[in-house]
Formats: sequence, C-alpha cells, structure tokens
Amino acid sequence: MATCTDELLTVKDYKSDQSVRWCPGCGDFSILTALQKTLAQRQVPKEQAVFVSGIGCSSRFPYYMDTYGIHGIHGRAPAIATGVKLANPELEVWVITGDGDALSIGGNHFLHMIRRNIGLKIVLFNNRIYGLTKGQVSPTSELGKRTKSTPFGSIENPVHAVSVALGAEVTFVARVIYNDPKMLQEVLERAAAHRGTAFVEVYQDCAVYNHEAFSYLTDRQTRDDNVLYLRHGEPMVFGKNRDKGIRHNGLNIEVVMLDDGVSEDELLRHDEHCENPSLAFQLSRMHYPEMPTPLGVFRDVEKPVYEEMMMDQLRQTSDKLGAGTLESLFAAGDTWTVA
Amino acid sequence: MSTATSKKTKTQGTSARQIETLEQVVIRFAGDSGDGMQLAGTQFTTASAVLGNDVSTFPDFPAEIRAPAGTLGGVSGFQINFGSRPIYTPGDRVDALVAMNPAALKVCVKDLAPGGALVVNSDEFTPANLAKAKYEENPLETGELSAYRVYKVPITTQTLASVKETGLSQKVAERCRNFYALGVVYWLYDRPLDVTHRWINTKFAKIPAVAEANVRALQAGYNFGETAEMFTVRYQVGKANLRPGRYRNLTGNQATAFGLLAAAQLAKKPLFYGSYPITPASEILHELTLLKNFDVRTFQAEDEIAAYAAVVGAAFAGCIAATGTSGPGMALKQEGIGLGVMTELPTVIVNVQRGGPSTGLPTKTEQSDLWQAILGRNGDCPLPVLATRSPAECFWRAIEAVRIAVKYMTPVVLLSDGYLAQGSEPWRIPEDGELAPIEIEHASDPTDFAPYRRDERGSRPWAIPGTPGLQHRVGGLEKLEEVGTVSYDPLNHERMTEQRLRKVANVLADVPDQDVFGRESGKLLLVSWGGTFGAVRTAVERAYEAGCDVAHAHLTWLNPFPRNLGEVLRSYERVLVCELNAGQLLLLLRAAYLVDAEGFTKIQGKPFMISEITDKIDEILGGK
Repeated sequence: MATCTDELLTVKDYKSDQSVRWCPGCGDFSILTALQKTLAQRQVPKEQAVFVSGIGCSSRFPYYMDTYGIHGIHGRAPAIATGVKLANPELEVWVITGDGDALSIGGNHFLHMIRRNIGLKIVLFNNRIYGLTKGQVSPTSELGKRTKSTPFGSIENPVHAVSVALGAEVTFVARVIYNDPKMLQEVLERAAAHRGTAFVEVYQDCAVYNHEAFSYLTDRQTRDDNVLYLRHGEPMVFGKNRDKGIRHNGLNIEVVMLDDGVSEDELLRHDEHCENPSLAFQLSRMHYPEMPTPLGVFRDVEKPVYEEMMMDQLRQTSDKLGAGTLESLFAAGDTWTVA
Repeated sequence: MSTATSKKTKTQGTSARQIETLEQVVIRFAGDSGDGMQLAGTQFTTASAVLGNDVSTFPDFPAEIRAPAGTLGGVSGFQINFGSRPIYTPGDRVDALVAMNPAALKVCVKDLAPGGALVVNSDEFTPANLAKAKYEENPLETGELSAYRVYKVPITTQTLASVKETGLSQKVAERCRNFYALGVVYWLYDRPLDVTHRWINTKFAKIPAVAEANVRALQAGYNFGETAEMFTVRYQVGKANLRPGRYRNLTGNQATAFGLLAAAQLAKKPLFYGSYPITPASEILHELTLLKNFDVRTFQAEDEIAAYAAVVGAAFAGCIAATGTSGPGMALKQEGIGLGVMTELPTVIVNVQRGGPSTGLPTKTEQSDLWQAILGRNGDCPLPVLATRSPAECFWRAIEAVRIAVKYMTPVVLLSDGYLAQGSEPWRIPEDGELAPIEIEHASDPTDFAPYRRDERGSRPWAIPGTPGLQHRVGGLEKLEEVGTVSYDPLNHERMTEQRLRKVANVLADVPDQDVFGRESGKLLLVSWGGTFGAVRTAVERAYEAGCDVAHAHLTWLNPFPRNLGEVLRSYERVLVCELNAGQLLLLLRAAYLVDAEGFTKIQGKPFMISEITDKIDEILGGK
C-alpha cells in the first residue's frame, strides 16, 4: 500500500494529537502501539486507513490514530465499517471492538460481518468485563464471576469469540495476549495482509475492574504451562520444559506427557490452512484450567471476498450492458408520448 | 362519482349501440391470485394511457403468499381510475367490476357503485367455488345483485373455444381467460387492442402458440362485446390535458428507486443503498439491485440497524448513501440516525409508512410515522423531513432529499407510504437538461482544515477517506465547535445543539413557500401531507368548482415548515388537518403556530375516500 513519499512513515506519524485517556496500566496501550507499528511496518498512507469502533473503553481507539475514523454506536462498528469498505474497497478498514460491544449488543453484526468474508480487520479487546460502565459482567465473563451486576456470581455461560468466529466460517482468526507485543504485532500484520475478514481476539487486562483476569497466561511462573503457542506445521507441544503435548483421543483432544512413552509423532500438528475448521474449533474449545490456552493463528484460509465479488458484479454488468444512462433506463418498458 | 357528467352522445358502428362519453371511470379486475388480474390491469392501464387518458392505479394483492385457490383470502385485484380530467387517486367507488370467480365477487362487490357494471365469469359459479367463497346460494340467482348491471359471461368456456385451434392443453388454455376478460372490457370502454397485441407478441416471442392463444382470447372477448346482445351501452373517455412529453407508468417504489439513482448520477457518485427487507419498502431494494451498471451498490444488511449503520459508513467514505424501510424498521434505525445527525453526514432515509404501532398492519397504509420522523430520537436531534404526494412524485422528492442531504450535510427523512409505494401513475420522463446536476465539493485543502467548521449554511465540510492531510475522526460524542474533537464542555454542547438546529432551519432557503389551491382566505382550509393529496385535492376541487368557500394546502415539507405556513393557516376561519393517523401533523401545527386547527383522521389502514372528504366539507360548510 505504500506510496512514493520522501520519508518513511514512523509510529509517531500515526499518533493523533489527542492524549490517550485509558486508565494507567490498561492493556489497551500495548494494542495501540502494536497497531501503530503495524501500520508503520506496512507503510500504510495515513489517509488510506479508517478505524471504526463501537462503544466501550476500547472504542476510544480511533481518536488516538491520525487516520480517518468513526467512533460509532454500541455494537454497530462492523456495519458502519462495511459501509466504508463497500464505498471504497481500496481503504484499509479496521474494526476496534470489545467483548461487550462485539459479542453482546453487536453479536448479530459480528456474525454477519464474518460470514460475508468482507475485507475488514477486527481487533476485539477482550477483558471479560464491562469497564466503561464500571464493572458489570460481560458475555465473556466466566460462570460464577462476581461483579457489580452479579454479586452472587454470574449464572451465564461465557461465549468464546474464536469459537463463534469459526462457526461463522471466518477465514482468518487468531488470539493473542496484550503483554506480548512481538506476537501481537506479528499477528496484526498477518491480519492486515489477509484477503477477507481477519479477526484477532486480544486478551487484555482491565487494571481497574478485572485486574489479572489473565494472570494464568501472563505470570512467569505459570505461563508456559498454560499456553499452547500455535505454530503452523509444528506439533502441538507446550510446557515450561516442552514436555507436554496435545493429541486426539477418539473425537476428543487430550493433554499427554511426552515422557510417557508418547512421541511427538502422535501429537497433533497445527495446520492453519486446513479447509475443514473442525480441528481449529476443537482448539478454540480448550479452556483454562483443564487445558492450555492456544495463542496464535487458528485458521488462515482463502475464500471469495465480499467486496471483490460486489465489484466484479458491477464490472461484469457494465461490460455486458455498457455503462447505464438515465435516458435508456427511463425509456425502457412501455412508454407513450403526449403531444 | 364517474358518471356525474356523462352524457349520451350518438349512436354509431355496426352494432348501433349507444355511446356514452364519460369524464372518468373506475374499473377493477378481480380474480384468484393465479388469474392474471395484475397483468390484465396493467395492460388496461397502458392502453388507456396511450389513448391519452390520465390514469392512477392500485393493485390489491392477497396478504397471504399462496392462499388456496378460489378462497376469499386469495383474491387479487387491480383498480384503475382513468379519465379526461386530472386523476389524483385510484378512485373510491368502482364503476365496472370484472369478477373472475365467486370469491372475487364477494370481496369486491361492496365497492361497486349502485348501477355499476358487473362482468362475472359465470362458468366459475359452481357449487364448489360458491362454497369456497362462503356463498350459501348462487348470488347470480338470488337477486342480491339487482342494484347492478350484471353481465354473465361464460369466460372459461368461451376462452377454451377461442384458443382450441392452437392445440394448447386445457390447463394452459385456461390461463388465457384474463385476456378474454380484458377483451370484453376493451370493447366496453372502446380501447385499442394493438398495444396489448404488441406486448403479447414480445412477451411470448419464444412460445408462439401461447402468443397466438392470448391474441385470440383477447380478440374473442372483444368480439363477444360486439356481437352478443348483452351490452346496450359502450363508453368513451376522452384525452386528458396532460403536459406534453414521453410517459411511462411507475409505482411509487419504482419512482423512489429511480429518483435515488438519478440523484447519484447527477452527483456523479456511486449510490450505496443499504436496506433490510420490509413490507412495503422492499421493492426499492429490488429495483436498485438491478442497476449494477450504474455503479449502484446495494447491501442487504443483517438487520435494520446495520442497514442504516452501513449507510453512515458509506456516506463517510463518499457515496450517495440511502436506506429504505417502514415503521418498525425506522424505529430500529433511530439510534443510527442520531449518529448521522451528530456526525453530520449526508444520508437519506426513505420511510414507506404502514399501519402501526409495532408490526401493526404491514400491508396497509398509514401516515403514523410523522412524529417518529421528526421527533423520534434521543436528544435534540433535528433533521429535514419531507413527504411525497403521489407515486410519480416519489422520483422528484427522492432527488430533492439527496440534494438537501449533501448541501446541508445531514440525514434527510423522505416519507412515502404503502398506498403510494404500490400504486402507480403515468410519470413524465424528464427531458434533457431538466435534471440539474448536484454539485458536491469535497474538502481537499489540508491548510487549516477543521472538520466542523461551518459554511454560511451551517454545513460542515465533507472530507472523505483517501484525501491526504484531512484525516479526522467523527463519532457520536459531542464535538468541540469547529475542531471536531470530543468535548464535554457545557456551553459548547449548548452551542453545538443550537448550530445543529439552526442548520436544519436554514434548509428553509430551499423550501418553497406554501401554495394554496382555491380561495386565498375564507371559511375553510383543508391541510394535508403525503399520500392523502389525491383524495383531498379532488374533494376540494369539486367543492370549489361547486362554489364552496374552501381551499387546500398540501404540505411537502414537514421540517422545516414553509416560511409562510403560519400566515396561510391564519387566513381561514377554520383549518381542517386531514391525515391517516390520530392527529400527528395537527399537534405539530398547533404547537408551531398556536392556531386552533381541527383534525380529520382515519386510522383504518386505508386511504381517504374522496367522498369522506367531500362529506366532511359539506358538514362544515353546510353545503355552502
């Protein structure tokens, strides 16, 4: 996307003049930086990028980018962004959303954006809590979670964003965690380069209302035993000593110790490009504490892209019928003349 | 109402029958939904239009998609009002009814004027069909139709006989019955057959046997009128005084689609139309999605909310962007429309109103979304609102809505209704140069760019993504005056609210003064808006011609109201606001002008009948 400019764009160029208003220690800061780096890495002209958000802490994001942006209404960012993309498919359009925004009030739009495979890049900041409204249960909060709106514990099952996205036939889906800037940037760059819908879930810490919700994935002591890094083509090995693996047992997947006479050959190998999403879905069902949490790219496949098909239809119709004129349209059908 | 001015003129022709000249006639074709009544109706319409009559039509489809054949729920009708005087509505009372089966008779006969012509397909009045129509006895034999001139025509057997030589199966041959019936009516109203011949031959060019059969059936019906000694009178309706030009028929929804397209073409922009299927607005989407070689980008969204949200996004990115919906969908879009007002992006929302509240009466018309259009959002959230008065006028109002939206950088609501959307009338095709270009100047100069700096109209610049140096953010949070960044400053909020209100008030510069038909001041002014124009104007014209002290003001602009409207309202002793709701415009007018206007309302899912307005005028004026 880079154009001929005298100077290369740097991270600084993508920062707007607005001071960032997230709470100290908020996980959103690292995502902001990673996205600015992603744009700089790819030398996206600032005027070619559009950030569209809904409502929530994360949705303040567009104000901090010196690109075009819409801070939309609650849950509707995917629909607004769809309009932007279809009006000008050349634009690089990012959707910034949160767990409540995307999966509760915006669940319908989230589903349909994904199944259309429209070229939007969605970054979902999942902190498992409503932060902006000061601490209510969110659709990703765990069962039993005590919050201001669930003082006796949540009685709702959480929704899992990656599973939902796979159910909607997503063509690119990944999960990362906010405190791993290197992986964050790598995945965002891949999402940006993907043709069609790319969905990235970022586990993110709310320092005020849900602090350390992801400590099992960030704590140096426990991290390696709780994370399965997904690497294309490699066997699924994890653990501090890389002594544990994931394999199929019938239709289920299970954790096995590699020193039990189990060799790496028996383990599942990650295949991002597998047409069949079944294994990716199984991976998305691995939850703490029973299973390690997969981080990385679950799925990356090629499918026809909505805006390209739309433009193809426009082009093909014009090729077949010629560019329309009002005169010929109006005069088609039964007409008569009054003298 | 049709025969009021009829006069017997002369006898002529081989059949030596009386010919009566009429100013205006209403006929209705009614049959089972499989009987091809819509086709017969549209053919009659075209033939009448080509003959030079003014025409207005209304199709009446069954509410059920596939009601059982022969039942009351399956009756499909098509009504045509044609005349040598200006025709504003599809007509109240039917002068001639074609009933293809007992169910059609039962459903429609109540609308037939006393003394009206009733052509029935007598073959279909079998015990089984009578039972389906819930007739205990054959109405053709009980004398219950004695108020009408009943013509019992064995349409089915006559049709089969006329097409026998084409060798078609009985099932296919029976489908020609609508053309036989049309032929009878063509003879009765002295219509030429050639237009329909041409249509049949084009339509069935690939199946010559069917084309041949339909032509034969049409001719046979016509010949029946000529030779059977059944009809004692034939009617003629002269040419109307129409503006010269080339014409075609359009339904309201077609005209709206054409208007939106034309506006985009005049602005040299792609049209983005985001919509969710809803009765009675869906045809706008259907029409537009065919027009891909005009760079029309249609998007059937996952819901009403997304449809409008996508429109806001498309407007931000520089398209002419519009949505169409009806009452419940409009309610769902209101939050998004608030965003449209706050971000000051140009969009058009077409609301094809239907009976409400809630799901209400999806297939029936009403004007009950006026408050919703003007007042239906949180906050002080002004936007321009205008309404279309007739099917063909939808074209012009759609263009106007886009013109205002881009000029004032605002969402605009265009109110149509189910009656206008489905009804049709001749539309004069605009001539070269008649459609003025829509000038759009996108901001391009990064020097000192401020996204909310207003011009003399109060509009902010339209800077679209892709323009270097103009990167900016918009959103639903209150904006700092000029600068456009987020601001919670109390006085700034008050100023911005005032600026948004003033901008919509400034639209007055593009709103013509209110015109009045009839006396400029006096006893009684009827006020109407939207689709009730035809009935109210016809009633007032008649009363005025009869010497009554009456006038009619029909509003196109509902927000802002025309500059002189208060003055107009104060020029009459009594003001009667006619609308298909419980008094929505009435309240707004009383509030805006402190006039003691009265309401005349109808909330039956049906348009006003001319006679209802006439009776009300008579009641108020005591016939003077």
